[in-house]
Amino acid sequence: MKAFADLLDRLTYSPSRNAKLRLMRDYFRATPDPDRGWALCVLTDGLPFSFPLRRTLTELVATKIDPELFRLSRDYVGDTAETIALVWPDASSLNSDAPPPCGEGLGVGVATIATIPPPGASRHPPRQGEGTTTESEGKPSPRLSSIVAELALIGRNDLGPRLETWLDGLDVTGRWALLKLLTGALRVGVSARLAKTAVADMAGFTVGDIEEVWHALTPPYEPLFAWIEGRAPRPDVANAPVFRPLMLSHPLEAADWAALAFDQFSAEWKWDGIRVQIVGADGTARLYSRTGDEIGQSFPDVTAGLRFNAVLDGELLVLRGGEVAPFNDLQQRLNRKGVSKRQMEQFPAHVRLYDLLIDDGEDLRQLPFAARRARLETWHARVRPARTDLSALIQAADKDALQALWAATRAIGIEGIMLKRRDSPYVAGRPKGLWWKWKRAPLTLDCVLMYAQRGSGKRSSYYSDYTFGAWRQADGGALELVPVGKAYFGFTDAELLEIDRWVRNNTTESFGPVRAVAPRLVFEAAFDAVQRSTRHKSGVAMRFPRIHRIRWDKPAAEADRLETLMAMIEA
Amino acid sequence: MPPIAQKFESWLKPDGAGLACAPGAFHIDPTRAVERAIITHGHSDHARPGHGAVLATAETIAIMKARLGPNAAGSFQELRYGESLTLGGVTVRLVPAGHILGSAQVVLEHKGCRAVVSGDYKRRFDPKAAPFELVACDLFVTEATFGLPVFRHEPDAREIGRLLASVAANADRTHLIGAYGLGKIQRIIALLRAYGYDRPIWLHGASQPLCDLYAALGIRLGELRLVSEAPDKLPGEIVLCPPSALKDRWSRRLTDPVTAFASGWMRVRGRARQHGVELPLVISDHCDWPELIATIAETGAEEVWVTHGREDALVHQIGLMGKRGRALALVGYEEEDAE
Repeated sequence: MKAFADLLDRLTYSPSRNAKLRLMRDYFRATPDPDRGWALCVLTDGLPFSFPLRRTLTELVATKIDPELFRLSRDYVGDTAETIALVWPDASSLNSDAPPPCGEGLGVGVATIATIPPPGASRHPPRQGEGTTTESEGKPSPRLSSIVAELALIGRNDLGPRLETWLDGLDVTGRWALLKLLTGALRVGVSARLAKTAVADMAGFTVGDIEEVWHALTPPYEPLFAWIEGRAPRPDVANAPVFRPLMLSHPLEAADWAALAFDQFSAEWKWDGIRVQIVGADGTARLYSRTGDEIGQSFPDVTAGLRFNAVLDGELLVLRGGEVAPFNDLQQRLNRKGVSKRQMEQFPAHVRLYDLLIDDGEDLRQLPFAARRARLETWHARVRPARTDLSALIQAADKDALQALWAATRAIGIEGIMLKRRDSPYVAGRPKGLWWKWKRAPLTLDCVLMYAQRGSGKRSSYYSDYTFGAWRQADGGALELVPVGKAYFGFTDAELLEIDRWVRNNTTESFGPVRAVAPRLVFEAAFDAVQRSTRHKSGVAMRFPRIHRIRWDKPAAEADRLETLMAMIEA
Repeated sequence: MPPIAQKFESWLKPDGAGLACAPGAFHIDPTRAVERAIITHGHSDHARPGHGAVLATAETIAIMKARLGPNAAGSFQELRYGESLTLGGVTVRLVPAGHILGSAQVVLEHKGCRAVVSGDYKRRFDPKAAPFELVACDLFVTEATFGLPVFRHEPDAREIGRLLASVAANADRTHLIGAYGLGKIQRIIALLRAYGYDRPIWLHGASQPLCDLYAALGIRLGELRLVSEAPDKLPGEIVLCPPSALKDRWSRRLTDPVTAFASGWMRVRGRARQHGVELPLVISDHCDWPELIATIAETGAEEVWVTHGREDALVHQIGLMGKRGRALALVGYEEEDAE
């Protein structure tokens, strides 16, 4: 556990990608199975079991610290796991004059005041070792794999006492790592892909090699490490009905468009659904989300009609009478364990296909897009699976014509255009320059900042989440602000600092981590669309809102009215 | 007998300029220019220019003159630790606060009551500051910079040990440490020297004048050199700079620097990450949470006022301790690393 805690700790503080890769690679090389496999599991998909952790932790922490002090600490730190790790009494102070529990005098474990006397003529650093804390002296910390093994079997009622024993035996870094591991939200600046890249780096493989076999393996990934280290053959996935890593697109900026070689690209409409991969084998089909989660159980209406041996890429949509329904309709079908007949009738699902990766065992991913597209068309004409169709290619005579089509996307209710290089193979990840997504231009509205909330993680001490409003006529005739959206990005770090200062100097009221501010600062909000909503006081909800510009110069009274926003609602 | 709060408010209370003592006709660490000011220490948010008369320790006066100019106040009057004088029936005494060189707590006695205004203070050993002196009192006015239970500063020995270990392990990289220019930088240098680091220590130009001032006040910091005069990109060396210079283009002249930051805030990961810090060093010139509440308990004060910082939690804690706590919400005091 100590090595793993040190790894997480150092990952947090290593800004560069290469340093992170080196740290993980060194850890994987130095750590035996199965500990490293569980570490990999935690860094990628998270532990495969969950606990009633919130309540256990709340109860546990209440025995150590006054609840109000904990709440204030949590608000400041912005992360529950880290807060608990920080306020938990240190092993050394447990043995000293035991502090009274909360409510009786001092609130939290108070060690006697530590004054360090000046050292004598010591020529050596006081403690050797690479800047990491030692856990309660002399006692070896439990292995990661044995913690995981215990967790897998632990009963609901045993979790609290077990956790308390572990936390008591760990130092602040160890406590933090253990709680991060349990809560599953690591926030150490490592994506699953980067962790897999580190595994690949152990022996000159590519991340694509790892991702290709990934979904056929389970933690603690011993066969994977055996293969990487040359002790065993590559795990066999050829015919396994598993998710293959997706090819993703880059957002197209103005400079990219200017440089784009029009005649080398195909264009399609950008569909407003969710990306899915269909893996058909042995008379059944699985449906995976873009992250590799299986979602077929929510869409039996789609999977029932898919009987083939192939892997396809496409967009899951709700389709009525050939028309794509708003994303909100698809939302009614997502994240459900089961689905009712009525929901299937009301929100009929459909997959619009745009790529063919594997056809009857033949891997097409190295072929150029144009060739795969031809194969897809032939395949679809032959197999004709129900509830599927093809994403049509857009015909445009030249670049200007395509730009005109893009400019009209909002008018025809389309989200934008996809551009795919015709000679591009199907490359896992987000390779630059092969696939572009060209979203329609956003809508904008001048809004007034109403509330600011402290962020989490890196932004935990900044007021970085903003709720802004538009003016409307109140019943008495006076103008009032009504919240229309919330955003926490679109500004630079320097601007964040300025807004944070402004918020602190213009606060009218505080509610925990939220401050109400004087209605004086105008934000130009940008958003993709606006929809009616019964959940918001204003009756509207913005989609993908962000702060486009900060209008320090603009008087709040000149910000936009709610009517202006209402008029932007699409029919 | 009136409640203690009222008892004090007849002669000590916050006004627009800070904490004011009406019978003595002075303010303590006022945030705007006043007739008469008692200054607890030389940090610029506590020691501002333009007062008619300033009362402080000799070191604080020297720091103010060096930073703000010789005419920073109409007149300066020195008061030694432990000596007292009487202003309008209020007895005033300065005792060491342990925060930085010359820092003092202000002990006030009037009508049979004693109030102690701590200024900023710490309880740990600092080779360059006279150690905090505990004064029993009826009213304790404390700061709360680290007034949350999450703040527990590591022992300085451990943090300096981590720094030296990192220097040893990264011989090809410069260690660039951001630290508050007055007090913190000199303390780190002194700690490094105390733990046997005897190589020259390199300074950002902005950090030099205050180190020179410390030297002029008789404090030995060993060999200090300016980065602008370095013969190379200082691989393997330790460089100290103001926090604002950490991400400045200035740091490009160093070799692949390991960025460190010495501050109590480094206890919280989010804060360290905001500064892009690779090596967070929890070294502070303020009390951590256990020290704050232990100090409050030890003063025996029944009434505790909190000047600035994270006062919500500390006032709540004071209530748990069976005392009356009050947040003064004084504005104008910056956080530790703001300079």
